[in-house]
Amino acid sequence: MKAAVLVFPGINRERDMARTLRLVSGREPAMVWHTEPELPAGTDLVVIPGGFSYGDYLRCGAIAARSPVMDAVRTFADRGGLVLAVCNGFQIACEAGLLPGVLMRNQNLRFICRDVYLRVETSNSPFTRGYNAGQVIKVPVAHGEGNYIADSETIARLEGEGRVVFRYSSPDGMVDPNWNHNGAINAIAGIVNERGNVLGMMPHPENHVEAAIGSTDGYDLFAGLTDHLAKAA
Amino acid sequence: MKARVTVTLKSGVLDPQGKAIEGALRSLGVEGVASVRQGKVFDIEVESGDRAKTEALLKQAADKLLANTVIENYRVEVLG
Repeated sequence: MKAAVLVFPGINRERDMARTLRLVSGREPAMVWHTEPELPAGTDLVVIPGGFSYGDYLRCGAIAARSPVMDAVRTFADRGGLVLAVCNGFQIACEAGLLPGVLMRNQNLRFICRDVYLRVETSNSPFTRGYNAGQVIKVPVAHGEGNYIADSETIARLEGEGRVVFRYSSPDGMVDPNWNHNGAINAIAGIVNERGNVLGMMPHPENHVEAAIGSTDGYDLFAGLTDHLAKAA
Repeated sequence: MKARVTVTLKSGVLDPQGKAIEGALRSLGVEGVASVRQGKVFDIEVESGDRAKTEALLKQAADKLLANTVIENYRVEVLG
């Protein structure tokens, strides 16, 4: 794995992400400043981490999505390169047009910072090959704008093409409004693009990779990615 | 030239902030409010003195950055 973690002003989860990538893959990721016009040579995974790029001014992720490095990411993704976009990264990816839809203010208007349960909807993705379809994982969320919406046509396509990868659920995998913390349409927590090489998700799998934290449910996402990239190389 | 871009949520898009404001107005005793939708206003000064050019420039600004046309509409006004 030769990962590049993007860094924007106001991002604050890039070091958690770098630590996890190092821990799981054994390789140090490159930290790439937002003004860079190109990604480091040989990059095989781009990670857009969480935080509050540009203080969430205008709309979450809107300004970061228009920075020079995102042109390079778009080219990289068009060539099939893997992009993992977490939390603010998901908002940035949507604003950049890498993924459809928008993350709106949480339905209850509160910033939600807690562990949530996600049902893994498919294992047929470089991002979820470490899981079984239907498996429930516990990972944290920390966001005020995670309420995913898109027009009904887009939602129908996402569902029809099996591109909803994670859904908020109960601990035993039931999708229920009581467990859909931010009010996202169809309890959508994570989606992939048409080609399946760009994943956006609101929760933070990178924060549940060590037993000392209490849960290691996020580990297999990164282990699966590492394995996938090792086989592709 | 002075100009204004107004960005509003498309109808049908849930606006939790507008709903909260609506509730607050009601609890303040401001009667007769049927609904509230929150939007944004950008007051922009443009170097050009040409009306058509200014409109084109602002439209570009709105499409490229100021509005997310998935969920928002915008209106451009040249104020002179």
